[in-house]
Amino acid sequence: MTFADLLAQLVNGLANASTLFLLASGLSLIFGVTRVVNFAHGSLYMLGTYGAIWLAEHLGGGALGFWSAVLIAAIGVAVLGALMELAVLKRIYGAPELFQLLATFAVVLIVKDAALLLWGPEDILGPRAPGLSGAIELAGQPIPQYDVLLIVLGPVVLLALKLLLERTRWGVLIRAATEDREMVGALGVNQVWLFTGVFALGSGLAGLAGALQMPREPASLGLDLIAITDAFVVVVVGGLGSLGGAFLAAGVIGIVKALCFAFGTIEVLGLTLNFSKLTLVVEFVLMALTLAFRPWGFAGRPLRGAREPAGSVEHVHTPSRKFWAIALAAAIVLAVLPAFVDDYTLVLATDCAIFALFAASLHFLMGPGGMASFGHAAYFGIGAYAAGLLAKQAGAPMLVALAAAPLAGAIFALGFGWFCVRLTGVYLAMLTLAFAQIVWSVAWQWDDVTGGSNGLVGVWPATWAADKTHFYWLTIALCAMAIAALWRVIHAPFGYALRAGRDANLRADAIGIDVKRVQWLSFPVAGAAAGLAGALYVYSKGSLAPDVMAISRSVDGLVMVLLGGVQTLTGPVFGAALFTWLQDEILRRTEYWRLILGLAILVLVLVFPRGVVGSLRRIVRGGET
Amino acid sequence: MTSETLLRASDLDSGYGRAQILYGVGLELRRGEVVALLGRNGAGKSTTLKTLMGLVRAKRGQITLFGERIDTLPPYRVCRMGLGYVPEERRVFAGLTVMENLEVARRPSRDGIRSWTPERLFELFPNLGRMRERRGGEMSGGEQQMLTIARTLMGNPLAVLLDEPSEGLAPVIVDEMAKGIAELKREGLSILLSEQNLRFATAIADRAAIIESGVIRFTGTMAELFANTEVRDRYLAV
Repeated sequence: MTFADLLAQLVNGLANASTLFLLASGLSLIFGVTRVVNFAHGSLYMLGTYGAIWLAEHLGGGALGFWSAVLIAAIGVAVLGALMELAVLKRIYGAPELFQLLATFAVVLIVKDAALLLWGPEDILGPRAPGLSGAIELAGQPIPQYDVLLIVLGPVVLLALKLLLERTRWGVLIRAATEDREMVGALGVNQVWLFTGVFALGSGLAGLAGALQMPREPASLGLDLIAITDAFVVVVVGGLGSLGGAFLAAGVIGIVKALCFAFGTIEVLGLTLNFSKLTLVVEFVLMALTLAFRPWGFAGRPLRGAREPAGSVEHVHTPSRKFWAIALAAAIVLAVLPAFVDDYTLVLATDCAIFALFAASLHFLMGPGGMASFGHAAYFGIGAYAAGLLAKQAGAPMLVALAAAPLAGAIFALGFGWFCVRLTGVYLAMLTLAFAQIVWSVAWQWDDVTGGSNGLVGVWPATWAADKTHFYWLTIALCAMAIAALWRVIHAPFGYALRAGRDANLRADAIGIDVKRVQWLSFPVAGAAAGLAGALYVYSKGSLAPDVMAISRSVDGLVMVLLGGVQTLTGPVFGAALFTWLQDEILRRTEYWRLILGLAILVLVLVFPRGVVGSLRRIVRGGET
Repeated sequence: MTSETLLRASDLDSGYGRAQILYGVGLELRRGEVVALLGRNGAGKSTTLKTLMGLVRAKRGQITLFGERIDTLPPYRVCRMGLGYVPEERRVFAGLTVMENLEVARRPSRDGIRSWTPERLFELFPNLGRMRERRGGEMSGGEQQMLTIARTLMGNPLAVLLDEPSEGLAPVIVDEMAKGIAELKREGLSILLSEQNLRFATAIADRAAIIESGVIRFTGTMAELFANTEVRDRYLAV
């Protein structure tokens, strides 16, 4: 590596940092004022890139065409963001935070398929910026002019936002609303427009970031999740709600990534270190380190405890005789199912059971534990890899692999959980995501052991369980037992202590519950259940790849839990089955299953703001408040 | 007093979720008067004021301001019609300066009253004028309480709901607060204040209502309240 190489990488890293900052500042503004964790922010960024490229083609070449495309794309995305706020989020500000999250997931699904519909599955290369496609010379190294422009743009936008927030009445209102929305309303400010305005501004920044990337990065359908995770990492590392912090974090991440590229592969004391492989994961490592030492990021302050509206807390019911009757009936139906359906449906039912267990284990953390895990796929994947590796590398029999998988899930969860429970809310969620991404990238890159991106193939059940019907029975039995075990833990003193810690942290502490410890120990419980689900998944499919623990799997898990409703354990089980079945059902009919599913979720969210099972319960009980 | 009624509540039921706090509460605030809503902790004083403001929705009953129904309006509309709200717990915006706190609440001038400006408010609360650029979070409890009152006045209200202005303040500050409120009354502002401190209420109120367990137990002038030892002993004695 020469100095010139390093310089080139640094410039590139800083240019990336600028767009990253634009993206993250929009997310931060929106979260600060509305407290909505907007997962669709990355989708807006993606639309910015696609939109700008499409516009640039249609507006004709030249600098005017290029820059009008950037501007119009940003404004268009701002309008879309405002529409999304008006049509969806405005109606559910009163609903629990996680529900708003589900609504934004639905938007992610819809936008992805809308982009597929409009622009097709192939990556699209954007034009270079006319007049800025050259390079300037710095220390004998050509530096792209466009990168220089971006590097200048970052601080300019930071300054403009600071001025907007500190020197204008609108900015003062936004900062006030960030602290205490209700009070702002009581002082005569119509928050409705304030919120819509903030959404438009934040979305516009995402759109601008996406549009500006047009000459540097092809538009692709995977941009949405990449952008949203990057934006979350920057916001969390910088400190929620701090623009200066986000700027600093974007810079640090940009530079560290650039350094990893620049170092490439080096030999140290006979060890070969491949730094460029680290780029996939370095931001998550950075985030984990930051959160371990500075729990609120570079410049953040602890979040004020979100005030849950009274009456939204679940009630744990002792199961009535009716419940047992229904459970028994369900068990019988599930047991005799193979006699009535074909193999295809049976495999689908097996999947439903596996994901029901996965969702139940996530619910265990989110519901009773009150800790939203955005990286729950990690334990599913660890279980899957533990089983797969034991079977392939050690030739272990299936039962041994199935027993070892939950153990592996629990051990990793114990380790990750130790760090996670030190944080709360979004910070905790992001740290779980960081761990999941680290595990995923290890599986992706450790070719010798995990098979890298190809994964492991040929992991089949033992002969006695090889028959589809037998494997179905085995899966149903194991999943039912594991879910029952989770249910038992929730209804044991441990579960009560967990919920006490969630509802009244200090008071639980004061009556002698070691809240952190209880929360920590809930991680291996959930990890073991997810690990078992992962192992069953491997044997059901016969193979596995790093995809089993990609972000999208974690997101699927969240959707399952929220779809069913986080208040009950039956909710997620039902939600998982519904999600898996819907996905399969729609996929058989149309390529655009995400669009349909997203719309369905939106309708469900707007009609059943407590999750399907929660809302049905209310209706059955006759509308108690 | 027979002057015009500004704010009238009748038969209000209200509460949070399944917990009902108020049962058939009725109140009246006339132009230019100060009414004290007295009661112990948890009697329903704050809930009454929040319900009047629209921060908590009434489940039954009516609220009228200048004869117009306000019980279905969002708080910002109620505020714009001329009803100000000063919360308990001094909810100043901690990250905003004194001037910015005032700016948040600024509303256009209103017929019939002299518009409030920061300068006029600093005459009323001289302490605030000496710390214009200080952030709300860096002020003492008394200063914050004055800021919340000043902030609400920036909306040029005709009537104000004051939730326990003396709570948690040193006696010296309480006296200063009483003087300030008396001054506002002279300006013609109508005030409904909730209080536990009978001495403070006596110093400034014309009439009193006593609330206990969410029910109004007594309404009358301060003189009538003092004449009625039974009511005083039963609902106010500590």
